[in-house]
Formats: sequence, structure tokens, C-alpha cells
Amino acid sequence: MNQITITHILFVSTALFFIGMYGLFTRRNMITMLMSVELILNSVNINFVAFNKYLYPQNLDGIFFTIFIITIAAAEAAVAISIIINLYRSHQSIDVDDASEMKY
Amino acid sequence: MMNASSILFYLISAFILTTGILAVTSRKIFRSAIWLLFSLIGIAALYFWLQLEFIAAVQIIVYVGGIVVLIIFSIFLTQKSGDEMPKPTKARIFFSVLSVTFGFALTALLIYQNNFAISNANTFDASVKNIGMQMLSTQEHGFILPFEVVSVLLLAAMIGCIVIAMKSKSGQQ
Repeated sequence: MNQITITHILFVSTALFFIGMYGLFTRRNMITMLMSVELILNSVNINFVAFNKYLYPQNLDGIFFTIFIITIAAAEAAVAISIIINLYRSHQSIDVDDASEMKY
Repeated sequence: MMNASSILFYLISAFILTTGILAVTSRKIFRSAIWLLFSLIGIAALYFWLQLEFIAAVQIIVYVGGIVVLIIFSIFLTQKSGDEMPKPTKARIFFSVLSVTFGFALTALLIYQNNFAISNANTFDASVKNIGMQMLSTQEHGFILPFEVVSVLLLAAMIGCIVIAMKSKSGQQ
């Protein structure tokens, strides 16, 4: 309790992961689902950094994984939002239940 | 007695988790995005607490300054932001809470029972100089190849976004 160890940090990131999971399960709006995915990716980043700092301090591999995940998350968010905007143009809705067809 | 560092950690964690829960449960989509913004700032604070200033700066620049602003713009383009989103059905909330609780309990149990081999080597050097040298190094533990691949990915994503979101002229579709 006194000293913060890697276990405490892993509990926080696990809780954040499942909060994002809850959002992914309950939300039906594509933008809010994307926000839940961002929370999940952030919890993974915390894990990488914590493992790197506490278990393998001689290398920086976890830091680089975090940097690349942040980069790819930015690309993913941009592509997802352009798809959402295009979908909104053709369906006037961004609810996943309204977007069940694969063909326009 | 807890020292200042642990108190700070608990405060940051409580902030991250509270704002995260609010971000996934708020019924107004714009408020949800703002809570997500606070949660991401809390995660940057956690990186500062871990003494990883560079990662914290990247987190603030890319997530808070980039992705959340993008999300807010797309909310403005696609939603009436004052409207409340429909409430999820009771059954969906119930089963989501159930599965999330069990998943969390299982993972927490695994973390609690695992003995992590904490390294005592005091060689962790995440200075910007070290990160930059290693990122562009071609030696062992160098990350020049992923760096180049990710730059191609960013270019592809940029072109892909423009092509997808481009307005097609009427009659062409």
C-alpha cells in the first residue's frame, strides 16, 4: 500500500481497458465507439510503459511501442472519422444499426 | 503513512478512471468527448508521474491536440450536439456490466497472483536524446525500419482519408 509497484499501475490500466470495453458494448453511435477504442489503446500504452520501466529498464522497447501505437492510433482515428463522415452523407445517421449493408 | 508520490498516484488514477467512466456513460455526445479529453490529460499526468516527459508530451500533442479535436469536429459535422443519445436497453447494460466485471476480476486476479521479476538495475534512461538516437539507429535495438514503415503508413492514411471523405460530383456515383 505504501509503495506504488507495477501491480498498482496494471490495475489502473486494466480498469481503463474494461471501461473502454463497456463503452464499446453499450454505445451504438460510431463516434462514441471510436472514443471507447481510444481509451482501450491508452490502457495498452500504460501497460507497455510500465513493463518497460519496471521490468526491463535496460532497453527502451516499450517506449518505442508506445510511440508507434500513438502514431497508428492517430492514423486510425483519421481514417475512421472520414469513413463516418462519408457514411453520414449517404445514410444521414452514424448509428451502427443503421449501417448494416455492405453495398451502397 | 503514505508518501506524497503514492498520494499523487492515487489521485491521478482516480481522475483517469472517473473521467473515463463519465466518457463512456454520458448521454450527451459532446460532454462525452470532453470527459475523454480529461481522461487523456490524466493519462499524460500518469506518464509525468512515471518520469517519462517525452511520452507525456507526445500524448498531449497527439491525443489531446489531435485526436480529440478531430472527434469534436466530426461531432459538429454529424450530430446535433445538444441532443441526448438514446439510452441503451436494460438487458444490454446488464450483460455489459456482467461481462466487464468478470473480465476485470479475472485479469485483476492474474495480476495479483503473478510475481513480477522487478529489475533493480537503475539504468532506465528515457531522455529525448536517448530515444532519438535509438529510434534512428540501424544497430541492434534500433527502430529505423518501423520508423520508415510508419511514415509510409501515415502517408497512406492521409491519402486514404482524402479519397474516402471527398465529395463525389453529382451523378458520378
